Amino acid sequence: MKVSKFLIPLVVFLGVSVFLFKGLSLNPREVPSPLIDKPAPAFSLPLLHENGSTLSTNDMRGQVWLLNVFASWCGPCLEEHPIIVDFSERGVIPVLGLNYKDNPVNAKRWLERHGDSYSSVVVDLDGRSGLDYGVYGVPESFLIDGDGIIRYKKIGPLSQADIEADILPLVDKYKR
Amino acid sequence: MNLPSILLALLLFAHSPFLASEEARPLAEDPVLEERVKAISYELRCLVCQNQTIADSNAGLAIDLRNQVRDMLKRGMSDTDIREFMVARYGDFVLYNPPVKNTTVLLWLGPLLMLVIAGVVAIRVIRSRSKSSASQDLADADINRARVMLAESDEKRS
Repeated sequence: MKVSKFLIPLVVFLGVSVFLFKGLSLNPREVPSPLIDKPAPAFSLPLLHENGSTLSTNDMRGQVWLLNVFASWCGPCLEEHPIIVDFSERGVIPVLGLNYKDNPVNAKRWLERHGDSYSSVVVDLDGRSGLDYGVYGVPESFLIDGDGIIRYKKIGPLSQADIEADILPLVDKYKR
Repeated sequence: MNLPSILLALLLFAHSPFLASEEARPLAEDPVLEERVKAISYELRCLVCQNQTIADSNAGLAIDLRNQVRDMLKRGMSDTDIREFMVARYGDFVLYNPPVKNTTVLLWLGPLLMLVIAGVVAIRVIRSRSKSSASQDLADADINRARVMLAESDEKRS
């Protein structure tokens, strides 16, 4: 009985440690998205490079594709961009750029400077479509399947590891 | 009057408060609506600056969301509609007042659970203390010993 009394603080300490260890290793920025396994919000947005024409989510039906939300004013996008360029050049799936709340002139210049291998870039000038996708930290990426269902979402820059470990297996799973 | 003095007069007029009043913000268009926008905004978390409501924050996203709330109210949508709209996009995390669900039961009942545990522990401790009044004899013996020791030290000193 005496021994167990001295063990109580130790057990409590270990319990608190476990919770702190778990809690502090979580990233509070990574809010679980309610959009996973839900239909991707529809949009019909003007294309950045072709004046006057638009592209809608319906045009992407029947294929797995990646939606990458970026902006020229966004620092982490620059960090992520080489990975996006590399991935879209591999041609596994179309990678659509969504230029979020940006000045189109700046966006074009940014893409010229840092490489543009997006299959298309759409312009979300007022951020309405971004809002529908629950975007709050650019860059964000969404993997959308042929039925228009969101299968994966990443808030913040995609890493090569994300592509290999998460995106490619999901592409294989949902590609028809 | 020559030309320079006319220009000077115009310049002075341009800085007069009559023109400055133009900058008033069109915020008070509809005070009732603004009140409602404010009330709802205080319940919604700004996801960019996570410990602020979208009413408190001036981050781009917070401004967008306030405008969205205003638009939706203008279209006659209810507070519940707006809350559902936000939750569909950003999840329960956007609400400062989390709903009671399977995943949030611990959050809601946790404090109560802690209180119950603390109460049980307190009762046990108190009971065990009152039971161990047997040790009172020992305490009395200790006090007597202490008295003797004190008395001895007093003798030595004097």
